[in-house]
Amino acid sequence: MTTTNEIAISAQGLVKRFKGRGGAVTVLEDITLEVKRGETFGLIGPDGAGKSTTTRVILGLLRRDGGRSSVLGHDSMRDVYMIRAESGYIAQQFALPADLTVMENMRFFADLHGIPAKRQKGRIAELLKFAGLTEFTSRPAGRLSGGMKKKLALACSLIHEPQVVLLDEPTLGVDPVSRREFWNLLGNLRAERGLTIFVCTPYMDEAERCNQVGLIYKGRLIARDTPAGIKKMVPGRLLEFKPAQFETARKIVAGLTGVLQVQTYGAMLHPFVDDLELRRKEIEQALTAQGITWSGMRAIQPRMEEAFINLVTRQEEAENG
Amino acid sequence: MQFSFQRLRALLYKEIVQILRDRRTLLLFFLLPLIELFLFAYAVSLTVSHLPTAVVDQSLDSRSRDFIHALANSGNFDITLDLQNQEQVLKAIDNGTVKAGIVIPPDFAGKVLRGEGSVLILLDGSDSFSVESGYSAASSIAQKYSLELTAQSVQAGGAASTSATSGGLPIATITRVLYNPDIKDLVFILPGLIALIMQIIVVTHSALSLVREREAGTLEQLLATPARPFEMIIAKLVPGMLVAMLDMSIILVIGIFWFQVPFQGSIGLLAVLSILFIISGMGLGLVISAVTKSQRQAQQLTSVIQMLAMLLTGFLYPRTTMPLWTQLIGDLIPLTYFVRIIRGIMTKGVSLSFLWTDTLTLVVYAGIVLVVAAALSKKRLD
Repeated sequence: MTTTNEIAISAQGLVKRFKGRGGAVTVLEDITLEVKRGETFGLIGPDGAGKSTTTRVILGLLRRDGGRSSVLGHDSMRDVYMIRAESGYIAQQFALPADLTVMENMRFFADLHGIPAKRQKGRIAELLKFAGLTEFTSRPAGRLSGGMKKKLALACSLIHEPQVVLLDEPTLGVDPVSRREFWNLLGNLRAERGLTIFVCTPYMDEAERCNQVGLIYKGRLIARDTPAGIKKMVPGRLLEFKPAQFETARKIVAGLTGVLQVQTYGAMLHPFVDDLELRRKEIEQALTAQGITWSGMRAIQPRMEEAFINLVTRQEEAENG
Repeated sequence: MQFSFQRLRALLYKEIVQILRDRRTLLLFFLLPLIELFLFAYAVSLTVSHLPTAVVDQSLDSRSRDFIHALANSGNFDITLDLQNQEQVLKAIDNGTVKAGIVIPPDFAGKVLRGEGSVLILLDGSDSFSVESGYSAASSIAQKYSLELTAQSVQAGGAASTSATSGGLPIATITRVLYNPDIKDLVFILPGLIALIMQIIVVTHSALSLVREREAGTLEQLLATPARPFEMIIAKLVPGMLVAMLDMSIILVIGIFWFQVPFQGSIGLLAVLSILFIISGMGLGLVISAVTKSQRQAQQLTSVIQMLAMLLTGFLYPRTTMPLWTQLIGDLIPLTYFVRIIRGIMTKGVSLSFLWTDTLTLVVYAGIVLVVAAALSKKRLD
């Protein structure tokens, strides 16, 4: 009993295939995940990895071809309307009726969720204030800025006080300031209402804000842990420096023993090494021998970005034998 | 299937607001039918009249001259060529100098007096529209002419008649002449034209509004709410139907007052059956939207259906002469039934008792497309 009550979203061995020209293409393979109540779960992965498909199958917007999934204990396929009544969703594409004003959109979704007229007024005012849209109530949704559109979508998805929201790349195409604002709103919701949030994002800094992170790559969940746990999965330690001759330096470093992987980060090289002190000296010696200068050599903590690339690269190596 | 009035009201409000605020679409909704109506109506009346015509008068008496005068005065034929025999006429039609030829045999006056009067009409078979309108025009003039003749010959103490026979080319005789004695093709064309225009508007609108919503992602967002698919369908149908009714009233008024097309039957009956026709068209549009993936595809499919509607529904060409399989394709288009209904009511002034088969078929048709549309509009995206 306690386990089902604690788990807001669950997927067990979820499989999804799309019919293509050359037969069925498997887009989700054996996706298993669990989101506890009050948690923020980030599904991260590159474009086309299967983030949106996972979200849609969990919501019952797409049929599944295997496995099971549920939201708040309601089966995604059988109890679609229970799920739709108790959860909120923001589709990736901006999808609110663009001709309706901010206020009309709020009322529209309030009516769709069967909220009595008496309760609507207070609830809408509260959400508009929360989303910072109070001044824009008469503006058509289609003419809002990217950030405001997403905030309106969030406000609309919260109108019926759902316990769970699923957000599909809610900050796509939104400027950095608005992105931060949006995440601050999510933070407040989590802290004040204990809202369970399932969010898809390609942004690694957003993944850091989640309690749990799932890495999805080519339709498979290749890792699922806390952000700290994900970073610990990366073998070895990480060095960072800025070489003068980037391409030559990268090749030299990649060829050294004890260097597990070399990633690039702007003008910086990020080699993963098995022994920090030993390999640092060896790298410095090798570069000096070739007459390559460098600056800012230091040991750094791997961030989600490095961890993600590392895990994906290892997955690819494993697949290619 | 739990229906909620609150949800339906919200969805209706959204659809109505979207129709009213999308000024460009709204303008097209009302302007396009008018443009089509005027273009088509004037183009049609131009095609019908002033066929370049060659005449062979082998009789050269007063009656044959009268008959030729009647043809020229009708405005349907322009006598551009005077020839000696039938072969020359055929040559003239072959090289495109004329579209029609009238051959009056020797001793026309005498034969008319004996009730054996006949005229040969040759028409350019490659231009079926001129063939049809030319034939119906000539034969009705001949009929009218024969009435005059009859009246005159009664005074002269004998029965006489003139008949027009079509020779050389197979031409379908159609009922048009019966109800359209003054050769006003517009009278015949306009009721059907109104129906055709309404079908274009209604099918396109309902097909595109749903596909557009799916492309924009709005449908996905709506599906993620408790709104039921059948509530969404009703919300799509009702406002579109109201606008279509208004639209149709406007074209009808223009047809009656501007083009002087007589309205013989009951307006109330036409209104009721028009609603049925509009629902059928919208249902067809919804089915199209369900089987297409993009606005482009939906648009292409609706154009194909409109083209088939022009050709196969009896709007321009009589269905009776078509092979069975093309008739069956025409049966899939609601216009087929409504063309007969609107012509019956407007031109012939008949009551429901003459239209009940088409009406019943249209009821069944509307039921089927709506059920199919509801079955295809699922609660999921795939």
